[in-house]
Amino acid sequence: MQTKRAMILVSNDAESVRLGANELIAHLTEALNAYGLQDEVEISTLSDVGNLNLNILPLVAVYPEATIYGPVKAGDARYLVEEHLYKGRVANDLLAPPKQLSGNIGWLRAHKGYNPAEQRIVLERAGRIDPDSIEEFISENGYQALGKALTEMTPEQVIETIEKSGLQGRGGAGFPAGRKWRFVRGTPSEKKYVVCNADESEPGTFKDRIVLEGDPHAIVEAMAIAAYAIGADEGYIYIRGEYGVAYHRLERAIHQAEEFGFLGKNIFGTDFNFHLHIHAGAGAYVCGEETALIESIEGKRGEPRARPPYPTTNGLWNKPTLVNNVETLANIPAILRNGAEWYKSFGTPSSPGTKVYTIMGNVNFTGVIEVPMGITLREVINIYAKGMKPGSMLKLAQTGGSSGSIIPASLQDTPMDFESFRKAGVSLGSGALLIADQNTCIVDLAKVLLQFFRFESCGKCTPCRIGTQRLYEGVERITQGQGKLEDLDKLLSLGQEMERASNCGLGQTASVPVRDMLKHFRTEVEAHIRLGVCPTGICPMTVEEEEPVAA
Amino acid sequence: MIAPTKEKDVSAVVRAAIEKHGSNRDALIPILSEINQALGYIPGEAFREVRKQIHNPAEQVYLAESQLFTLASFYDMLSTKPRGRHVIKFCENAPCHVVGSKAVWDTLRETLHLKNGETTPDDKWTLVTTSCLGLCSVGPVVLIDDDLYGNITPEQVDGILARYE
Repeated sequence: MQTKRAMILVSNDAESVRLGANELIAHLTEALNAYGLQDEVEISTLSDVGNLNLNILPLVAVYPEATIYGPVKAGDARYLVEEHLYKGRVANDLLAPPKQLSGNIGWLRAHKGYNPAEQRIVLERAGRIDPDSIEEFISENGYQALGKALTEMTPEQVIETIEKSGLQGRGGAGFPAGRKWRFVRGTPSEKKYVVCNADESEPGTFKDRIVLEGDPHAIVEAMAIAAYAIGADEGYIYIRGEYGVAYHRLERAIHQAEEFGFLGKNIFGTDFNFHLHIHAGAGAYVCGEETALIESIEGKRGEPRARPPYPTTNGLWNKPTLVNNVETLANIPAILRNGAEWYKSFGTPSSPGTKVYTIMGNVNFTGVIEVPMGITLREVINIYAKGMKPGSMLKLAQTGGSSGSIIPASLQDTPMDFESFRKAGVSLGSGALLIADQNTCIVDLAKVLLQFFRFESCGKCTPCRIGTQRLYEGVERITQGQGKLEDLDKLLSLGQEMERASNCGLGQTASVPVRDMLKHFRTEVEAHIRLGVCPTGICPMTVEEEEPVAA
Repeated sequence: MIAPTKEKDVSAVVRAAIEKHGSNRDALIPILSEINQALGYIPGEAFREVRKQIHNPAEQVYLAESQLFTLASFYDMLSTKPRGRHVIKFCENAPCHVVGSKAVWDTLRETLHLKNGETTPDDKWTLVTTSCLGLCSVGPVVLIDDDLYGNITPEQVDGILARYE
């Protein structure tokens, strides 16, 4: 059987035909013949292009990269074939503007000073104010929401507002924040705690660092509001040990807030008291799991507890505890100031608000952006990341960090919100977007991810402790040219067992790289095994001397 | 630059750490971090000192050395073994990997003749891998002591190492 390496789809709906689609197909066929690619590349048509903008017809989609060009004139055919299919790089000047493909960017209000448009709620002040100055924070609406909550709202009303806003936890799981608050509020106890999870350790994620370093008072304010709502009088910020700058800024912010009376006793002249501590971790990925984080604050090894009971009833020092991620908390003051309806005007109906994404990999711009929920990966790459690096074509993206998902280029038009991603079997996770080009080998990438999990497994439960090691070995064998086809199914079933039997999210998601690798890139994996060749030329395909692991 | 252990009074370092963080259970990790910072690692003597200074059955405070050791062995930023004067932490996670960290890692290993976790015979360098440092937009990333280096290429390695005594 002759296998094709690429497929070209040309739109041939009535409008495209009117604009020269048939002529374009003839020219593309001719160009493929001229470059001797006629056996490797298939041309087909695409009759339903949905309600796309007429300005981009006729449209040409090239797979497997799912690159969409438009409008393409017959005269562009030879150039397109030469660039994309012969030389293997994206013909950037012919790309269809992503904005016209889905139109989501239209939701964004243009902001002066941000280019391209962003919608900043969480990062509103980060980078604009002096993080060490409480005065600058106050002059930018700081501590207004806390004052409003304490003097004009009951705790019940605060929780109602958060519930109505539809805010979902931004740590990765997307659990409704208001409901979590209500659970803690509903647990009777003399003593309760608020904990901010600032143990941002998911590889590729640094959104919380930007908030903590750029706007530390926002977290102090949000935690005080949360404490008032659930009935707590003490809080902890658990920050990863590697974030030294953020630690010192938070320390200063807490000190200033105490001086100004936003922390301590009788805040805003009410009988509400709140004391806030900051606690630094010492290097353990698993401490981002909320029960491990609590164990770590208590001065123990960060080994996740068995759940239930959940922290909402039995948390820090066995008291009801609210654990929220930094980004989740940073949304709170803005929601209280502007109301739930305002917040719901951003994002999608099932995932309101914005999301902070960290962009990295083989793209022209790497860094952090905040945009409404529901924009697509294609928009992120082509608009915010300013396209792939010259010579790079999108092969895959990893969303949500190491425990997130690996998606092929063909899924880049899935709207990025919790619901759409769940339906597509993809995890939005922490919002990390790692964009990788054709020089990334899927097996090599999976090996790197599994190395991370086996290194970070806390070792408490067997499925994770042994499973991460076995998965690593299985994938490593493939990179060494020692893989066997029957191993693939064994790896998959081991992964499923780990998902079912592991105690916490680390072990439950550690097999995702293997699962996604075989789901989307099985041909590439099998090439390693059947042909003994790494198609990208990255894997050694021979047994190298193993390195000792750091003590 | 970290002074050799002998020159510092372990007992005084421990006392200062306890004064700063208190002696409650939740202070244990901060205390160990403080000691690690001051001495470069946590010697056995330090575990004994922490126990001696905190353990107080009369006040119902019980602490065993093993409790402290189990913390130090769990957390990656704490070390129970002496390290070189400069510790090179190399990010080995996917975001740095995708933008070419492997070539930098190979250059580091070849230049220093070290494998992961080893220290040079002159005690100048210790080379370890680390998990993500949250600086992924400037990968590949290397952390030497408290100095961060981003967008590193193999060609830059020699020049960076030359900055350290």
